[in-house]
Amino acid sequence: MTVVAGTPKVASLADLFAAAYQIEADAVERYDLLADQMTTHNNPELAAVFRDLSRAEAIHRDEIRRLAEGVDVVAHAQRMAKWGKGESPEAASLEEAHYLMTPWHALQLALAAEHRALAFFRSVAASAKDPAIKKLADEFVEEEAEHVNLVHRLIRKYPKPADSWRSDPDPPVAQE
Amino acid sequence: MSIVEMRGACKPGDYKSDIKPIWCPGCGDYHVLMSFTRAFAALALPPENIVVVSGIGCSSRIPAYTSCYGFHGVHGRSLALAAGLKVTRPELTVVVASGDGDGYSIGGNHFLHACRRNIDLTYVVMDNHIYGMTKGQPSPTTEPEFDTALSPGGTGLRPFHPLVIALASGANFIARCFSGEPNQTAAVLVEAIRHPGFSFVEILSPCVTFRPDESEWKNLVHPAPVGATNDPAKAARRIMTDDGFNIGILYRGDRKPYQPPVGQGCGDLPELERDFEL
Amino acid sequence: MEGRESVSIAIVGSGGAGALTAGNFLLEAASLAGWQGLLSRTVGPQIRGGEAAALIRLSTRPVECLTDQNDILVGIDWLNAQRFGGEIEVGPRSLVISDPRGGELPAAVAAAGARVIELPMKEMAKAIPDGRPNMIALGVAARLIGLSADVLSALLEKRLADKGQAAIKASRAAIDAGFEAAAGYDFGPCLLPPEPTAARRWLVSGNEAAALGAIRGGVRFAAAYPITPATEILEWLAPNLTRTGGVLLQAEDELAAINMIIGASFGGTPALTATSGPGLSLMIEALGLATAAEIPLVVIDVMRGGPSTGIPTKSEQADLNIAVYGCHGDAPHLVLAPQSIGDCLFTTQWATYLAEALQSPAIVLSDQFIGQARAAIERPADVAFIGQRLRATDIVGAYKRYALAANGISPMAIPGTRGGQYTADGLTHNERGIPTSGEGDHNAQLDKRRDKLARFKFGDHWAATEGTSEFVVITWGSLTGTAREAIGRAGRDGVAASLLAPRLLSPVQPEEFAAAIEGKTRALIVEQSHGAQFYRYLRAHYDLPREVHVLNRAGPLPICASEVHRAITEWS
Repeated sequence: MTVVAGTPKVASLADLFAAAYQIEADAVERYDLLADQMTTHNNPELAAVFRDLSRAEAIHRDEIRRLAEGVDVVAHAQRMAKWGKGESPEAASLEEAHYLMTPWHALQLALAAEHRALAFFRSVAASAKDPAIKKLADEFVEEEAEHVNLVHRLIRKYPKPADSWRSDPDPPVAQE
Repeated sequence: MSIVEMRGACKPGDYKSDIKPIWCPGCGDYHVLMSFTRAFAALALPPENIVVVSGIGCSSRIPAYTSCYGFHGVHGRSLALAAGLKVTRPELTVVVASGDGDGYSIGGNHFLHACRRNIDLTYVVMDNHIYGMTKGQPSPTTEPEFDTALSPGGTGLRPFHPLVIALASGANFIARCFSGEPNQTAAVLVEAIRHPGFSFVEILSPCVTFRPDESEWKNLVHPAPVGATNDPAKAARRIMTDDGFNIGILYRGDRKPYQPPVGQGCGDLPELERDFEL
Repeated sequence: MEGRESVSIAIVGSGGAGALTAGNFLLEAASLAGWQGLLSRTVGPQIRGGEAAALIRLSTRPVECLTDQNDILVGIDWLNAQRFGGEIEVGPRSLVISDPRGGELPAAVAAAGARVIELPMKEMAKAIPDGRPNMIALGVAARLIGLSADVLSALLEKRLADKGQAAIKASRAAIDAGFEAAAGYDFGPCLLPPEPTAARRWLVSGNEAAALGAIRGGVRFAAAYPITPATEILEWLAPNLTRTGGVLLQAEDELAAINMIIGASFGGTPALTATSGPGLSLMIEALGLATAAEIPLVVIDVMRGGPSTGIPTKSEQADLNIAVYGCHGDAPHLVLAPQSIGDCLFTTQWATYLAEALQSPAIVLSDQFIGQARAAIERPADVAFIGQRLRATDIVGAYKRYALAANGISPMAIPGTRGGQYTADGLTHNERGIPTSGEGDHNAQLDKRRDKLARFKFGDHWAATEGTSEFVVITWGSLTGTAREAIGRAGRDGVAASLLAPRLLSPVQPEEFAAAIEGKTRALIVEQSHGAQFYRYLRAHYDLPREVHVLNRAGPLPICASEVHRAITEWS
């Protein structure tokens, strides 16, 4: 059976930088896609939330690129940063999107995404033989932990929506 | 095969158009689009050499969301249209996109014959067990007890088994994927496109609007217990106990693809009238 | 007492705002209060969350078309509303209620010179637990037109019963808030109070009415393949056919659907399917079969924008050609067209009756506008048209299924009838139904099938003819109501015009048409077809008055009464 390798194999610092870069880059793309979906479906509040999240991830992505001076993370990532089972860890779950979703929901998606990224770096740190890799992985773990905390603080700003959040009195429209 | 190889600088983004999909947020087809673009990028095919042919339905909107050539045709006839295209332009990569209504209902007859003909096409059916675009009527893969306005109390009909039909009709490559695993799906699509002859890939792709119960699918899908076989009899045995959620490649056949020689012959037109000469 | 005879309201919103729900409530409440009305809607390309506008017209008199300008436009939000373009017009005397946080007013609305009042509906709704802005919009609209909040409340109790008391309370509070807010708005006179009537009234869509007409006409088998905008006919028939002992089968495609109803009808059961343009195209071959084999059946074509996949959610009148001429060979058959939502019931029932009486397929050309619009109408009168084909029973000797007869109608043996065995065939056949290629039989059977239609007395229902003026407006289908209103307006301006709207399009009625046209010197033909199909059909089959003007246009914007009014007065 065809199985794409589960998670990228990190055997060098370049590998780790590339994986980290790809994680952030995928997150940016995913939030952009969600923002577009929300714009098309007339939910400007959510579109704005997702664009903000995208911008935050873009900063992280660019930061990693800077830190990895000397490594062409883009090309390197294209070669080895492949997630077979499931998806890039920090990419927010598309199936949980809903045209009536609220910022609280979006941040829950973000929180789950950050946790997945954290888990990835933790596993790299745990299994790394090379101390340089372990050190860098530990730094990424700290970084992601900060992101998790940040999302938690953002969530506090929004009330949990009532059970009726997804009720739309109007029926769906048959387009064809 | 282990890791999808990337040649050149093709990125999935190169295969996306800037048209924003009208699919509901939460629709599985967004992931399918991702799988398409990742597969095309992995194959490093120029977008202008790919044609995505579709019928009518939510899934069939996909061609315009890619930057390849596309044909959004009439309901259920995409396989026939694609056959005409591929046979006359064999150097193109032709991918046919459909849904369970478009592909298995009105497109059913063409499905049988496309498998039988074994032209080198890749047929991707986004199966959500419902007619989405027309607001929720049962499709051939809808469960018999699923209540809809058009079938109060459920159809009571045994659902269609597309993989069985494909195998019985001669498809040369048969697989089932799940939209929620886009990288896995992309890898299967790469293989399907590379495999000569008629490749059939059914992608379970939940409908968030008319089948919210399908959010369970991510818990129901599981990797098939064995890898692909090239023995139709083995494949037939396996498919008879298939629970509808086995993910993976079922069958890789070795039938020779159908491709009449096109563009050959010396084209000596005056020769043609010899028969009529008195 | 001062008051408006008619008022037009548009409610616009997107992404779950519930504009259509508010519109539906408004129509229903107004109907309960005794007014007549019509609701149509226009939507964006999304399946959920798209921009949506409910377009409602209420009046003390029957409403058969919308007006081009809305007196009231409530914008719950304006996201992507500019896409609606000319469909939500306002004028200098209109009142626009706009949520200041709902995005920018569409340019056309801003430029129209209407009074714009800002009302923070979203905020007001938030202040009410579980409150929704569309209910505030509803309250505003109700107040402005003179609809009592009590009628709305009573309706809410009924419609939201399954959502629980909390939802009812929240909606009531929101409606009251909107009602109160609108108290000071200077809208001018509200609607004249409804005329008291003992007549029973319905709230119904054209598709639903057509489905009921089918069952009343005797249909007991339907084959279904979903297609916008016809699916509602089939979804209404599914449970209701079962209740009357009938059956609905979902077909795998339209080819199957048409052949299924041929089979059911061959077996003696009046049968029907419903589709739209693309589906009708698929059914053409089998319609020829049914014509040749003389099998009764009804196909409702709810016309939509074409050609090909076209504009599925909009109306046009461009399937006339395929309905009348689509079959290969010479295959005359019945084609009818309802003229209003209520008329969908009559015309479908009549079509079923005619199909059975004449042993012919009947195509009923409805359209997306009347098919999907909802109207509060007087309950249509019961009509005695029940489909009953001439059956062959007590057969003695060799049975001639296609026996030549003066009226062209030969008794049909139903399977199970001893002595009546025959093989129905699309092949050209003789009187016994046996295939032949002979000139005599071929012509005799062609004559039979033509004559049975030509000699039938269809009576007055073949067309609506109103007025005596030498200037006649000729139209068909859903534009009949539009033309009628335009003629009324022109009349009030002192310009007389009469109306001729055929309900029966095939077979043509040359004598009746000539009688209707007699004395007319000018004809204005009005139709929603880019290629002027109706005009060319009239030219092909009928003598028209000396001077003819044609007002024709493709969809998606419906031709409105003011356009026809202008065309009438400009020609005077």
